[in-house]
Amino acid sequence: MNALTVENIHKSYGNHKVLHGVSLSAKRGEVISIIGSSGSGKSTFLRCINFLEQPDSGRVSLDNLTIDIGVGKAVRPDRRALQGLRTRLAMVFQHFNLWAHMTVLENVSMAPVHALNVSKEEARTRAIVYLEKVGLDARFHDSYPAHLSGGQQQRVAIARALAVEPEVMLFDEPTSALDPELVGEVLKIMQELAQEGRTMIVVTHEMGFARHASTQVVFLHGGKIEEQGKPEQLFDNPQSERLRQFLALDLK
Amino acid sequence: MIDLFQTYWQSFLWTDGQQWSGVIVTLMLLIVSTIGGFTLSIPLALGRVSSSRSLSAVIWLYTYTFRTTPLYVQLLIIYSGLYSLAFIQDTPVLNSFFRDAYCCTLFAFVLNECAYMTEILVGSIRASSRGEVEAGRAFGLSATVLNLKVILPSALRRALPAYSNEVIFMLHGTTLAFTATVPDILKVARDVNAETYATFTTYGLASLLYLMISFCIIVSFNRAENRWLKYLKPRKAKQAIDHSVPLIKEGSLV
Repeated sequence: MNALTVENIHKSYGNHKVLHGVSLSAKRGEVISIIGSSGSGKSTFLRCINFLEQPDSGRVSLDNLTIDIGVGKAVRPDRRALQGLRTRLAMVFQHFNLWAHMTVLENVSMAPVHALNVSKEEARTRAIVYLEKVGLDARFHDSYPAHLSGGQQQRVAIARALAVEPEVMLFDEPTSALDPELVGEVLKIMQELAQEGRTMIVVTHEMGFARHASTQVVFLHGGKIEEQGKPEQLFDNPQSERLRQFLALDLK
Repeated sequence: MIDLFQTYWQSFLWTDGQQWSGVIVTLMLLIVSTIGGFTLSIPLALGRVSSSRSLSAVIWLYTYTFRTTPLYVQLLIIYSGLYSLAFIQDTPVLNSFFRDAYCCTLFAFVLNECAYMTEILVGSIRASSRGEVEAGRAFGLSATVLNLKVILPSALRRALPAYSNEVIFMLHGTTLAFTATVPDILKVARDVNAETYATFTTYGLASLLYLMISFCIIVSFNRAENRWLKYLKPRKAKQAIDHSVPLIKEGSLV
């Protein structure tokens, strides 16, 4: 059973075509890492999955919900369907994007209360549980995001994503904005989530994570999937010249 | 100055014997116009940043008109100008509204204040963090929730320092109320001056009163900023710090 199926996403900005029909499907519990050099369309692809970027055409489905943007239909998808899709996906951003005027606890309980209609007490309990899970105890509950380190902020963002109990978690370069010494704490939590059997799509530059934590790796180049498969297959025995070059750069 | 205050203090503070006057009138004008202007400015600002071009254009035209003409002229038009129009005199509701000095003054002040407050809020909404709005959309928040919980609360906070200026400007603006014969602080001062010819003292006394009101406004806004802009301030030593990492390695200062 596929938790998420994304078919044939096309996207261009003016004359510049960014995605040439990218498809991806994730079984329940799969962790898919999307790698590729900057400009390859990784982030755009991820953002097309929850329609933060409107694809020119393509189709996104969860098990009983499909949003289809047919070719040539420049229409926006139905608002309710879109909101429904978004409440079942959760995103962790490169720059955290926490709501700065809310405390940590308010940040994490916001979406459950206002998008899922969970009661305030229930949302608070959930928030505390998930904050604990990412290693932030009661001392941090009333802090504001600006008063936390980058690593702590990203952990709050992960707790915020967990709190909506999503079917699929989307990670958009979650460690790229962090100082090198803070990357580890975030990767460790992501690794734990992967081991718990959560379905995750991760755009990343962390080859270690892609190799050891994911079940499938997708290499994007020039808006197309250049190579795709098990991590050991891609990293130890890359077929395409482009992937070989990309990996060689990383090893330097 | 003390003699003068002893004679006229009631007029300066709250009544001239027949009606409210002085500080109480100034405060009433200030409070009604800022609260009225502020309340109206929220829907107007949202309309101005909305995707509807015509709505945005209409609101822009209103704020543009009221911000580019002097408040004094606006008050003259509303108090004397409109009443000279036949249809206003012929409509009973409008007739009684525009004959009342307080109604006209407050109407003009609210419209003027609202125009400025709308533009302040629009600027502040436009400075919203794209990432925060995006996060709201990504988590499936509806447009209403996004506006009420994410965009407005942070925009209003950012606008606080500008609002404090605006309220003080409005206080200064209330001195035009004499145009419509409303007996605010300055009107009382003029009358006292006409009776006593103690020009320096009467206007000095009026200035002191304005200064004290401004002081209260500034103090209240400072307190509001301390409370609502707390999230921007450097954290205090007591707040959550990751105690597992010592800030200074032992012996590193030796």
